[in-house]
Amino acid sequence: MNVLTILIPVTLILGGIGLLAFFWSLRHNQFDDPKGQANRILSDRYDDHPAEDVDEDPKEPR
Amino acid sequence: MTDAAWPSGMACPACAGAPEPPETTNPAGAPASPLRRYEISLPSIHCAACITGVERGLAAEPGVAAARVNLTLKRVAVTAEDAPGTESRLIEALAARGFEARPLDAAALEATRTDAVGRDLLARIGVAAFGLMTVMLLSVSVWSGAVDSTRDFFHWISALVAMPAIAFAAQPFFSNAWAALRAGRLDMDVPISTAILLAVGVSLWETANSGDHAFFDAALMLSFFLLIGRYLAHLTRASARSAAAEIAALEVHMAERVAPDGSRETVPMDAVREGDILAVPVGARVPADGAVTRGRSEIDASMLTGETMPEAVAPGSAVRAGMMNLSGPLLVRAEALGDETLLKQIARLVEAAEQSRGRYASLADRASRWYSHVVNILAITAFFGWGLLSGDWRLATNIAAAVLIITCPCALGLAVPAVLTAASGRLFRQGVLLKDGDSFERLAEIDSVVFDKTGTLTTGRPVLTNADALPAGTLALAAGLAEGSAHPLSRAIVDAARRTDVRPTPLTDIVEHPGLGAEATGDGESLRLGRAEWVGASRQSDVTTSWLRIGGAEPIALRFTDEPRPEAAETVARFRAAGLPVTLLSGDGDAPVRALAERLGIETWIARATPADKVAHLQTLRDAGRKPLMVGDGLNDAAALAAAHVSMSPASAVDASRSAADLILIGDRIDRAVDAWTLSRTARGRIVENFSMAFAYNVVTVPIAYAGFVTPLVAAIAMSFSSIIVSLNAMRLGRRT
Repeated sequence: MNVLTILIPVTLILGGIGLLAFFWSLRHNQFDDPKGQANRILSDRYDDHPAEDVDEDPKEPR
Repeated sequence: MTDAAWPSGMACPACAGAPEPPETTNPAGAPASPLRRYEISLPSIHCAACITGVERGLAAEPGVAAARVNLTLKRVAVTAEDAPGTESRLIEALAARGFEARPLDAAALEATRTDAVGRDLLARIGVAAFGLMTVMLLSVSVWSGAVDSTRDFFHWISALVAMPAIAFAAQPFFSNAWAALRAGRLDMDVPISTAILLAVGVSLWETANSGDHAFFDAALMLSFFLLIGRYLAHLTRASARSAAAEIAALEVHMAERVAPDGSRETVPMDAVREGDILAVPVGARVPADGAVTRGRSEIDASMLTGETMPEAVAPGSAVRAGMMNLSGPLLVRAEALGDETLLKQIARLVEAAEQSRGRYASLADRASRWYSHVVNILAITAFFGWGLLSGDWRLATNIAAAVLIITCPCALGLAVPAVLTAASGRLFRQGVLLKDGDSFERLAEIDSVVFDKTGTLTTGRPVLTNADALPAGTLALAAGLAEGSAHPLSRAIVDAARRTDVRPTPLTDIVEHPGLGAEATGDGESLRLGRAEWVGASRQSDVTTSWLRIGGAEPIALRFTDEPRPEAAETVARFRAAGLPVTLLSGDGDAPVRALAERLGIETWIARATPADKVAHLQTLRDAGRKPLMVGDGLNDAAALAAAHVSMSPASAVDASRSAADLILIGDRIDRAVDAWTLSRTARGRIVENFSMAFAYNVVTVPIAYAGFVTPLVAAIAMSFSSIIVSLNAMRLGRRT
C-alpha cells in the first residue's frame, strides 16, 4: 500500500498537467475555428498556431 | 479592446513559411499607414485549398499586413492599411480569384467575435472532467472493496479534489439558482444546485464519520454532464447570434453625395442630410426617399410593393429608399429622412408586430417548470418519510441526497440542447440559417403557410413569354437592340433569343434613351424598342409589355411575366400534401397574382395588399388560433414576417426582411423551407422521445432510490447511461444525408 503515497500524487500531477494544457489551448484560441484547423492540416504551408487575441499583447505596434 | 488594433502575432504564418511579424511577411507592400481590421464574409469557401487561396491572394495585395480565414464562420479577417477604398479593393481581388466576398461591418461583429461565455463554460467542463476522472479512479477502488482506513483515506483525497473542482465548475448553476430563488421562482438550477450541495455535504459528513458511501463522483458527474448541456445550448445560441449579427453587418449603408461644386464623395447614410443631392448609378438602390432632380430612368419597386412592372421616372418624380434604378443614372435630392422614410415606417410596423407576438415558452422551459417541483417534492418526502419512520436522520439525509442525484435532470439538461445542436448543424449544411432555437420549435407547430409572390415564389426576373408568336425576324431585331443594355426587360429579350437559337441582328447606331427605350437603324428602317407611349403603341396591356416598332408599321408587343422559381410548384405541393393550407399574399395586381396562384395550385390568394394589409391578414390568422409560417423577401413583407408565428426569408431579401425573419434560406432555394419544416418536426419528435426516455429512467430509478438501494456505484451507472442514450438519440439527427 506504500506505493499509493507515490501513485496518488503522480495521478494528481499528471491530471493537473492535462488540465493546464487544456487551459493553455483555450487561451490561445485553439477552439475558435475547429473546421479550419481540420482543413489546414491538408495544406503544405507551415502554420503552427491560430490567430492570437488582440488584447493579449498590448505592447505590439498597431 | 481597441477598435483598430491588431497584433502582429495574427500574421498568417503560412504566407511566408515561418511565424514572423506581419510587417515582414508581405514584402509586396509593407504598410506605412495605420492598420485596421476588415472582416469579409466568404459564403462559398469550404476546403483547405480555399483557405490557402484566400490567404495567399490577400497577402499579395499591397497594403495587407495579414489575413486569416476562419472556416467555421466562413469569414476572413484582414489587417490592412486604413485607407478609403481598401475594403472594396480587397473584395475585387477575392472576386477575381473566384471567391464570392461580401463586406461585413467590423464594429457590428465585435460583440460576437470573441466567445468569452463559451470559453468560460469550456474551462469549467475541463475542471469538472479533471475532478471527475481523478475521483472516479479513487471511487473504483472503493467500490472494488477498499475498506476501513484505506477507504477513508480515498474519501478524503476525493473530497480534497472534488470540493474546489465543484466550487469552480458548478458555479453557473449556483448563481442561476440563487438569482431564481431571490426572484421567488423555481427553475431547473434550484434542484441541480441542491443536489450538488447536498451530495457534497452528505459525503463530507459520511467521510468524517467513516461512512460507507461518498457521492463526490456523483456530484462531479452531475456538473460535468449538465455543463456539456449548457455548452451545447450556448453553441446553438451563439451561432444563431453570430448569424444574426452577420446578416445585420452584411449591408454597409453608404451613399454617394454630390457636392454643389460637382465633386462626389462616398459617405455613410447617417451623414446624409435633408436637401443633399445623392447620385444613384444604374443597378443601385435609391438610398433615401426623395425627388429626382436630374436624369431619366426606370425604377423597379418590386422590393417595396411587390409590383414587377418597372415605373418610369423623370425630374420631379418621387422615389423611395430601396427602389432599384434600372436604366439611367439619376440625381436624387434627399427629402424625407429619419422618422419620415418608408423604411422607418416599415420598421415601426415590424416593432409593433413583434411586440404583439409575445414571448414563446420553449419545450424545455415548460418541462423544467413542473419537473423541478416534482424533484423537490420527491426529495423532501423521502427525507421526512425515512426520518420519521426509522428515526435515523443520517440515513434519511443520505436517501434524500440519493433521490436528488438520481432524479436530477442530467438527461433532461442534455435532451433539448443536444437535439438543437445536431439539428442546426444539419440545417446549416442544407443552407438554412437559424436565428434562435425557439423559432425552430415554433416551426414544428405551423398549421398554415403564407407566401409572398415577387422574389419568393417567383424569381423576380421577367421572362419573355410570346417569343414563339412573334413574326419572323422580330426577335432577332429586338435582341439586337436590347443586347447592350442592362435593363431587366432587355436581358429577358436577349435570353429568349439565346434560348431559341436566334442570332441578334448586329446594329451599330444604338442610342439608349433612359426611361424610354432604345433606338437604332437596321435594314434601312428606323427601329424603336421601349415603352408604349414612346414607341407610339395605342393598345394598353395588363401584363408587363415592351413594344418594338419597325419603320412605320404597327408596334409589336413583347410580353413578359415574372416566372415562378423552378422549385416553387413542388414546394407548394409538398406543403399541401402535408395538409397545410397555402395562401399567396402579394402587393402586385390581381391578374399576375391570380395567374401564379392558378399555375402553382394555390387556392387562396390576396392581391394589392399593402404592408399593413399583410400584417392584418396574419394577425387575423393568429387570432383565429392558427400558427402561420410566412415566407417573404420584400420590404413590404418585413412587418408580416414579424407578425407570423415563424417566418423565413431567402438570402436575396432586403435586410429589413432578413432581420425580421427567424430563418434565412441561404441557398436561395425556396424548397429548403419544406426541408427545414420536416427537420423541425423530426427534431421535435426527438426532443419528446428524449423527454420520455428521461422520464422512463426516473420511473425505474426513483423507487430504487426511495427504497434506499442507491449506492454511489448505482448512481454513476444510471446517470451516465441515461445521458449517453439521450445524446446518441439526438445525434441520429445530425447524420449526413
